[in-house]
Amino acid sequence: MKEYRLKQHPILDVPVYDYINFYWNGSLIPARKHEMISSALIANGINVFGHHHKDGTAQGIFCANGQCAKCTVIANGVAVKSCMTQVTENMIVTSADGLPELPLVENPVEFEPIEEIATDVLIIGGGPSGLAAAMQLGSFGIQTLMIDDKHELGGKLVLQTHKFFGSEEDSRAGTRGHEIGKILAAEVQKLDSVTVWLNSTAIFVFSDKKVGILKDGVYKLVSPKRILNAAGAREKFLRFAGNNLARIYGAGAFQTLVNRDLVKPTQRLFIIGGGNVGLIGAYHAIQAGIEVVGLAEAMPSCGGYKVHADKLKRLGVPIYTSHSILSANGDETVESITIVKLDSKFKPIPGTEKSFDCDTILIAVGLDSLSEFTLEATAAGIPVYSAGDALEIAEASSAMFNGKIVGLQIAKDSGAVTDDIPQEWYDKAAVLKSHPGAIKGYQNNPAEEGVFPIIHCLQEIPCNPCTTVCPTNSIHTEDGSLMAVPLYSGSCIGCGKCVLICPGLAITLVDYRKDKDLPTVTMPYEINNIPVKVGDLLSLVDIDGRELVTAPVTAYVENKNSHTALVRVAVPKAVAKQVVSFIVQPEAVSRALEHTVLLEKYADDAMICLCERVSVGEVRKLIKGGITDLNQLKAITRAGMGPCGAKTCEVLIKGLLREEGIPTEKVVPNTKRPVFIEVSLDKFPGGKRS
Amino acid sequence: MAEKYDVIVIGGGSIGLPAALNLAKQKLKVLVLEREGGPGQENNKKAIGGIRATHSDYGKITVCLRSIEIMKNWQEEMGDDIGWMSNGYSYPAYNAKDAKTLQDLMQIQLSYGLNIKWVSPEEYNELVPGITMEGLVGSTFSPEDGSCSPLLMGSAYYFHALRAGVEFRFSQKVTDLRIEHGKIVSVVTDKDSYSAATVINAAGNFARDIGLMADLDLPVYPDNHEAGISEPVARFFGPMVVDMRRAPGSANFYFYQNHEGQVVFCITPDPPILGIDNRSTSEFLPLCAKRMLEIYPRLRNLKVRRTWRGQYPMTPDGFPIVGKSSTVSNLINAVGMCGQGFMLGPGMGELLTRMTLGTTTESDQRVLQSFDPNRSFSGQEAFK
Repeated sequence: MKEYRLKQHPILDVPVYDYINFYWNGSLIPARKHEMISSALIANGINVFGHHHKDGTAQGIFCANGQCAKCTVIANGVAVKSCMTQVTENMIVTSADGLPELPLVENPVEFEPIEEIATDVLIIGGGPSGLAAAMQLGSFGIQTLMIDDKHELGGKLVLQTHKFFGSEEDSRAGTRGHEIGKILAAEVQKLDSVTVWLNSTAIFVFSDKKVGILKDGVYKLVSPKRILNAAGAREKFLRFAGNNLARIYGAGAFQTLVNRDLVKPTQRLFIIGGGNVGLIGAYHAIQAGIEVVGLAEAMPSCGGYKVHADKLKRLGVPIYTSHSILSANGDETVESITIVKLDSKFKPIPGTEKSFDCDTILIAVGLDSLSEFTLEATAAGIPVYSAGDALEIAEASSAMFNGKIVGLQIAKDSGAVTDDIPQEWYDKAAVLKSHPGAIKGYQNNPAEEGVFPIIHCLQEIPCNPCTTVCPTNSIHTEDGSLMAVPLYSGSCIGCGKCVLICPGLAITLVDYRKDKDLPTVTMPYEINNIPVKVGDLLSLVDIDGRELVTAPVTAYVENKNSHTALVRVAVPKAVAKQVVSFIVQPEAVSRALEHTVLLEKYADDAMICLCERVSVGEVRKLIKGGITDLNQLKAITRAGMGPCGAKTCEVLIKGLLREEGIPTEKVVPNTKRPVFIEVSLDKFPGGKRS
Repeated sequence: MAEKYDVIVIGGGSIGLPAALNLAKQKLKVLVLEREGGPGQENNKKAIGGIRATHSDYGKITVCLRSIEIMKNWQEEMGDDIGWMSNGYSYPAYNAKDAKTLQDLMQIQLSYGLNIKWVSPEEYNELVPGITMEGLVGSTFSPEDGSCSPLLMGSAYYFHALRAGVEFRFSQKVTDLRIEHGKIVSVVTDKDSYSAATVINAAGNFARDIGLMADLDLPVYPDNHEAGISEPVARFFGPMVVDMRRAPGSANFYFYQNHEGQVVFCITPDPPILGIDNRSTSEFLPLCAKRMLEIYPRLRNLKVRRTWRGQYPMTPDGFPIVGKSSTVSNLINAVGMCGQGFMLGPGMGELLTRMTLGTTTESDQRVLQSFDPNRSFSGQEAFK
């Protein structure tokens, strides 16, 4: 059987695996020791894990994060979430078809007394903001418990194989996210007053000021004086025909599978959403040897950083702006996608549909702050703070910085510090979370002599490592601020440090010193899963991916530490300053199908609640009938009553209410109730009433 | 002043919704005033969905037998799937004393026409496969009791009521009853005021507040209960299991598997937690999980999906208060359902309609004796 695993990765080390065997629907198949059942199945090319008990349609991986239950399988007789359950030798795993049977067990359950712990501060989430806050709290010796539901600290940093934006000083710009995660985690582990619980999920902040936490499968109660919600965000989903097919999921799930578990869940991927998440997802896919057929963005331009979008275009990935998904087509899993052009009012323009072959669709249309713990703590009367994406959706560089601020704020409120938080911290935080600003032109044409960098970073973004890395201090942003575009002036020595550190891969070095007419261009390259060697003919492109010239590689310099190689070509001086990179993905990959796939279904057949299989049409009918109370919509349709706890459908229903012209103040929100994730009854030890 | 109605129902919940529909079916012009944003959004939706006629008095048995008939035939007669199942109720006994209490009660229940029998431990293990057999003496089993979805039932009553011409005002809180010459002349809310020939107080948790507006001290005091629901699994047991025993921190608890395959469970705190507080406590899940797994270890792998808290609007003796007001001639109170509003509601809605129209039967009179607002409240309901 073919193995769908990454054998090599340009950034990540691929370890030597120990293998075991387990049974899938009666056949013995291999798995990597300790991996999750879902990843073992995907590595064996199995993407349908069962069929929904309501309509018999296929189910597969969706959140890869333990939040929904679409990946449920039966393992040794018990229904489990395959993304959260490790596979074991000879485990008997079967698909979950219809409702699972509850096995008959007669041996009595042993009840351990419940463990109760007090702490000054509870940090929910060990990602960039939680870690930064813990470092502050730990530096003042404040007793802090930080919990994270994963088996390692770092949150989504663990999945970020790209170099970070921001500044070197404040957010380790230029270093790769997963490395930053390790650095911060190591620093936090050194702090005496900070305790870390991994594999620990907060279930609810109860009214008696106790937080229920499931730690390594054992339920505990923690009484914190203060809570920091650093639990991040969740991805938004979309309404479109076929949105319940298997192999449609968010970029977070994708990065978990590819960058954490090193499996290859797809051969041909289409991405919806041109924010940073979608753009980076596409880049990560190419680094994993996955063909990226295209990326569609509903707005006239991508919302993510221009350097990310440019990078994709140069690799040969088409970006369809003013386009959205019309349908996902297929029987059980995705077989193709149909996209459509949108008019200025975001309505599809008939006749502009295009279909592409693909086996997986990523939905990367934005994030929503995870607000539950804040609301619960407020209701319970525990002082609560938020940081990172739980506070406001922004880059991880911003999360680290506002985590630091809130850490100091908590220390101050606890009476451990009296100093005020420096105003420049707030100013810096405001810049780091900025959306991209104006797009400028290229800087004035430097004379064609000597050696100097060309900076293809034309959009104002909060990022400046090129200015701090230059040994001759020859790169500065326009006005010296973090946000302004960087400009070169001075005395380049051709060291290439700016080329290597730029997270946007947007700096090239043009060198006229040896040959004024045929200067060399040095370009960064980090997709060495597609190898480049001296002598290869490259199709060189400009910033937008337009082909300029073909030229052979004259030098290839590997940098083991930064995982960024330098590729050198010699090109006619007429184009030297425009060359940015070269195409790696053949044009044939992204060719549209000759016959466009048009479904007879329309958008109201799309699912609004995947858990309970509730269609858009059902909910729309009730809204048109005057029902604007989300609780009542739930009571009638069951939308929101499934295992994910309305985490996916709530936003979609609110969107539908907006679409039907219902003002937000008329919408009665969903009541949030325990539990955050489903927990089996035997996880609760013998409790007593106090 | 808005237009005049025949009946104003205060409260669009377990009692108010069925009352409104039945009144409207009698061509009466009905207005429902509800403080929440939609129908059934207080304690109606928090009911776990069990419907039993297994009570200890003529009143509740009779009203609930009628409720069961209505719910059982709902889909056929009214067209909506409300998730009805005739899955029965069971009260297992784990000691001789409890067995005797239950068996003695059965004699009364049988005399009021309830279909109930005593089953052996072995027979019970067939109804609830894997139930703890150690110490099990036997169980009652009333096969015609059942369950349905409070959410679907509430919605069904609401939509039928709308179609029958009932008007609803949501997010309106009754703030005053204006009384002249021993009659309510208008019902005042925080947004408007309305008048009607008859006013029905079906205000659940807030019944006492409404009573006070008419100088009535209705002894209705809500206490808090928590409930939970699991993931759905293939059907594996039949009836509602009610364990009447006391344990530290709790009195009885009960659970059943609903029409979706989900196990719904609830526990009665002991001593009671008085007041209205819908926030969840950390005590419920460990307390309830322990008791459930002790009696039914098979539930150990069952995943809890959601929990919630609601109230039982309790009366001192555990029986409802239903009757015409002694002080105000056009006020009918239908309050203090003691956590059984959902199962009493359909039958009660018809009874309230007959009371409004003055067409009560002899049986109704006997039922109303059980619920007499002027009783001494000195007795104790066996299944309180």
